[in-house]
Amino acid sequence: MTTTSTASGTRKLTIARAMAEATAQEMRTDPSVFVMGEDVGPLGGVFGNTRGLHEEFGPERILDTPISETAFIGAAVGAASDGMRPIVELMFVDFLGVCFDAIYNMMAKNTYFSGGKVRVPMVLMTSTGGGYSDAGQHSQCLYGTFAHLPGMKVVVPSNAYDAKGLMTAAIRDDNPVVFMYHKALQGMGWLGTEKGATVPVPEESYTVEIGRASVVREGQDLTLVSLGAGVHHCLRAAKTLADEGFDAEVVDLRSLVPLDRETVRASVAKTGRLIVVDEDYHSYGVSGEIIASVVEHDHRLKAAPARVAYPDIPIPFAPTMEQWALPNADKIVAAFHQMLSQ
Amino acid sequence: MQPTSEQRRWMYRQMVTSRHLEERIETLYMEGKTPVFNMAKGPIPGEMHLSNGQEPCAVGVCAHLNAEDVVVATHRPHHIAVAKGVDLNAMVAEIFGKATGLSGGRGGHMHLFDADVNFSCSGIIGESLGPAAGAVLSRKLQGKPGVAVAFLGEGAANQGAFHEALNLAAVWQLPVVFVIEDNAWGISVAKQASTAVPRNDLRASAYGMPGVHVADNDVDGVFAAAGQAIARAREGRGPTLIEIETSRLAGHFMGDGEDYRPEGEKEALQQRDPIPRYRQALLEAGLLDEAADTALVKEAHARVEAAIRFAQQSDFLPPEAALETVFV
Ligand SMILES: Cc1ncc(C[n+]2csc(CCOP(=O)(O)OP(=O)(O)O)c2C)c(N)n1
Repeated sequence: MTTTSTASGTRKLTIARAMAEATAQEMRTDPSVFVMGEDVGPLGGVFGNTRGLHEEFGPERILDTPISETAFIGAAVGAASDGMRPIVELMFVDFLGVCFDAIYNMMAKNTYFSGGKVRVPMVLMTSTGGGYSDAGQHSQCLYGTFAHLPGMKVVVPSNAYDAKGLMTAAIRDDNPVVFMYHKALQGMGWLGTEKGATVPVPEESYTVEIGRASVVREGQDLTLVSLGAGVHHCLRAAKTLADEGFDAEVVDLRSLVPLDRETVRASVAKTGRLIVVDEDYHSYGVSGEIIASVVEHDHRLKAAPARVAYPDIPIPFAPTMEQWALPNADKIVAAFHQMLSQ
Repeated sequence: MQPTSEQRRWMYRQMVTSRHLEERIETLYMEGKTPVFNMAKGPIPGEMHLSNGQEPCAVGVCAHLNAEDVVVATHRPHHIAVAKGVDLNAMVAEIFGKATGLSGGRGGHMHLFDADVNFSCSGIIGESLGPAAGAVLSRKLQGKPGVAVAFLGEGAANQGAFHEALNLAAVWQLPVVFVIEDNAWGISVAKQASTAVPRNDLRASAYGMPGVHVADNDVDGVFAAAGQAIARAREGRGPTLIEIETSRLAGHFMGDGEDYRPEGEKEALQQRDPIPRYRQALLEAGLLDEAADTALVKEAHARVEAAIRFAQQSDFLPPEAALETVFV
């Protein structure tokens, strides 16, 4: 099952609980799955995505680590190459700086170096995003950074249904998967709660195919492409535009690697207009990649494509500055108006 | 090495100042965050790591430092900043994100930079040691005086950067002191669950430098250990590692439920609060009487209150200022 339509029930889950449920279900059926990271044990993860796992599976399979990302992410690579399926957490994506070598030089490359003989079936889960004044070392997205480097799949859910399905798919995947979850979508009240991320989630296990985007709103006049929290900004903007008589289509990428260029191209072929919304830095990132993917294929657009992304500056602490710099629905609407006036 | 009467009163005053600041921040931080705790709300949004209980580490070390000496602190920086002489008004304004703050509100509480007194800090665990070593490498190369102190938590002693920096500083005999504030917890993970040795000062022997342990959050003990280490550094005899047994009287950050603490631990720690203990010691030593104490506390509180008023009355920078100072 790979669609976003819900199969059963009306039980709603937060992304945090959906991630924990997917992990628990895989751990029950597959003894090779285990979890490592800082505060993933009794605390249940700073962002709640391992809650309940320590109680059920104990300290042998849910391991609190020292603050030693280089060692424990490297250890995950070693364990994954030796028949286990580790899920390892980098608490904030911003901390990649202390451990990136284990990620992009080993996790991402060992399969290739071995001519496909060594499998590295691990999940690196990590939190992204700002908006709550945690400043420049705790608020980045860095989607483009991970997606740029070959050898790791990268997924970014925008809601709990996709989060559970993508997590299950990631755990079962024989390749390394980076699972990037946005803090504002986790359903942790203390980080604010994006209501649209908490959706009905089937109790039974299912997968959402990695590498498939989803059209979360259909429209004729404009294609909005985004991921994670940005999808919800797009949906809000689409509502405003609908009131103005314009019909926006919203594409939720869900996966950055592999990237579902076909779904994006098909949408833009229909609407003729493209705006990419990304909370990651403006330059050298997802927004540029999406626009290039469209225009290198088809340049007959009704207007030049646009992007609403985070400016190329470190993320400031002061809420006035941070909120000003972040993408939001108003900026998307303004970008569309700008497009029409061209 | 014993502190003079003047130094003892100075250390007490800094501790009182720092604690009052933390208690006021605690109250102000909660404004707008009740009844539903949301980190983004209130006059001080974002994460907040308070230093209540760890003041002895800051004052016992900084008592030996001048403005020219370098301090690199952590995500829990307020007590150290106060003791290092960071401009209090500008520091509090930065914590509020205001234009008059140390960096106009771009850094916030985890990223305080005061070049006038050579103070900085970082929210990335284990990243204080390299910059501290580099600052005094620079002094060596320029023939300028000054030592450096890197503060870190006991949790940070398991980062690669800790071990690399110790080795580097020892190989190059840099005038740097590494000070571990051992509050026994890295968020929810207890020291014994994360650290292969009972005391991190034991790790100094692996890098051929002295390792010193200070027990029981003892202000004068920190003063003595730091005094020796800093004198050693000034004499060109290389780095020292110090681990101080301290206590985190607050949660890891504001909003922490602290369910991971064993029952009664927090109450026991509060019983051993280093500030009333030091006050008592000064009273007993005749370095302070009730009247002098009242005056000292009043003055320290007034300084903090003035800084808070300054911050509250300051404006934010215009939002577009976010684009400035990426480059100079
Ligand atoms: C590289 C890195 N990993 C993880 C974190 C998240 N984190 C912030 S504080 C902290 C605990 C630090 O413990 P310790 O060094 O003992 O300092 P304390 O908080 O006790 O003062 C952790 C894991 C971080 N900021 N940076």
